[in-house]
Amino acid sequence: MSEATAVATEPAAGYAWAHRDLLGLDDLSADDIRHVLRTAEGFESVSGRSVKKVPALRGRVVVNLFFEDSTRTRASFNLAASRLSADVLEMTGKGSSTSKGESLTDTARNIEAMGVDAIVCRHHLSGAAVQLAKSVGVSVINAGDGQHEHPTQGLLDIYTIAKRFERRGAYDLSGLRVGIVGDVAHSRVARSNVHGLTKLGAEVVVIGPPTLTPRGFEAMGCTVAHDLDAVLPELDVINMLRVQHERMSGPAFPSVREYVVGYGLSEERVARAKPGLLVMHPGPLNRGVEIVSRVADGDQSAILEQVSHGLSIRMAALFLCVLSGGG
Amino acid sequence: MHWPIEGEAFEALLGRFFEGIAEVLGDDPTSTWAVVGVRSRGDVLAERLAATPIGEAFGGRVGRLDITLYRDDLTELGSQAVVRSTDVPFAIDGLDVVLIDDVLMTGRSVRAALQSLTDLGRPRRVWLAVLVDRGGRELPIRPDVVGLDMTGEATGLVSVAVREVDGRDAMTCAEAGDE
Repeated sequence: MSEATAVATEPAAGYAWAHRDLLGLDDLSADDIRHVLRTAEGFESVSGRSVKKVPALRGRVVVNLFFEDSTRTRASFNLAASRLSADVLEMTGKGSSTSKGESLTDTARNIEAMGVDAIVCRHHLSGAAVQLAKSVGVSVINAGDGQHEHPTQGLLDIYTIAKRFERRGAYDLSGLRVGIVGDVAHSRVARSNVHGLTKLGAEVVVIGPPTLTPRGFEAMGCTVAHDLDAVLPELDVINMLRVQHERMSGPAFPSVREYVVGYGLSEERVARAKPGLLVMHPGPLNRGVEIVSRVADGDQSAILEQVSHGLSIRMAALFLCVLSGGG
Repeated sequence: MHWPIEGEAFEALLGRFFEGIAEVLGDDPTSTWAVVGVRSRGDVLAERLAATPIGEAFGGRVGRLDITLYRDDLTELGSQAVVRSTDVPFAIDGLDVVLIDDVLMTGRSVRAALQSLTDLGRPRRVWLAVLVDRGGRELPIRPDVVGLDMTGEATGLVSVAVREVDGRDAMTCAEAGDE
């Protein structure tokens, strides 16, 4: 290892992680983001050993509080907490639409009173995690709130890009152009990605029909485009957002056929892109809509890597926030 | 003792330390050996040993352990804790493992390293080699090879610098009460 590498992979002198909660990448500095990614690097080896557990959070309790359906994110957080030796309590939130704000706070305070150390929260309302963090004294990790942010997804996407392009260590993504394609307007994955990627120096282009890619995104430091084929040859990474079926009937959404023609990732499109184009998708896939199977399962796809990196990222997020919370 | 120990004196100390490990390696010709260093100075010493003729006994089995996740003072450390990668790219089951650390004091780091090793597999035997034993044990841990024995001396904090990490090779000692 050269000295230059050794220096660049260490946190800057005087740097210390100072966040009890992980609510969004908008709230984090570039140094914070690098610190989570480097910490996740240390956790990656845990998944490859015979004993897939470290005692770091032994005796701590993590609650998975999900107000919205989720299989993989919930499972990923559960496994991440288990690998840190924490105990995990699974809860599914319910409540009438009018009393949700109130019931969220009440539910959280009740959970806190049981003596937990962290609450992992998913909610269909934007800002739910922020509100939760204000009402409790324990760590809150946002596992997706409405259309606001999904920070661990953003971090695992960035980690996947940094690993494939050998930018780990310094985590400087300058010179890389990342396209995010689809229903950007309603996507918390897109928001977290844009915040995180631009902070680390990447160029981000969000691409989709005008109704789904508002100009307002340019204020976040990315560019907006509507013609995928025009932008595609310049991209190093393409992140295909999931088409959400419940939105397809809405007036803002073109027909499925029209969407596939304009924005679906086909083999022909990949052939016209840079040879090393990295293909990503946050899952679950709509095969044949935003992405065809041969591309999703091909050599350039990092979709399954994203899933395994999600574990290391979530271990890092839980570890850093819980330790920082004191407890 | 002239502080800091650097230059030729450091080289000589390192040479004696490696010779001590060579004696252990010669002990049992039926063993298969590996060397694992504790980050972030012990791993550098392990790599240097592996690059010498003595290190040929390891057949390239050189690993590095990050013990942060196994420390017993994680809660006190809080956000100061920095997690780095553990990299032991071979199966340690049945091997005689030489565990290298730079400074041995309380023994708590060694306890954490042993637990971390055990989670990677079941070595036949673990040997502990430390460049300096400063005394002050809080756990029943005893090294097999010691480069510099300072257990009988009333000294302050001893620390080791290596050029790969710190830019120079040196062993320094803060006077007792200086800490």
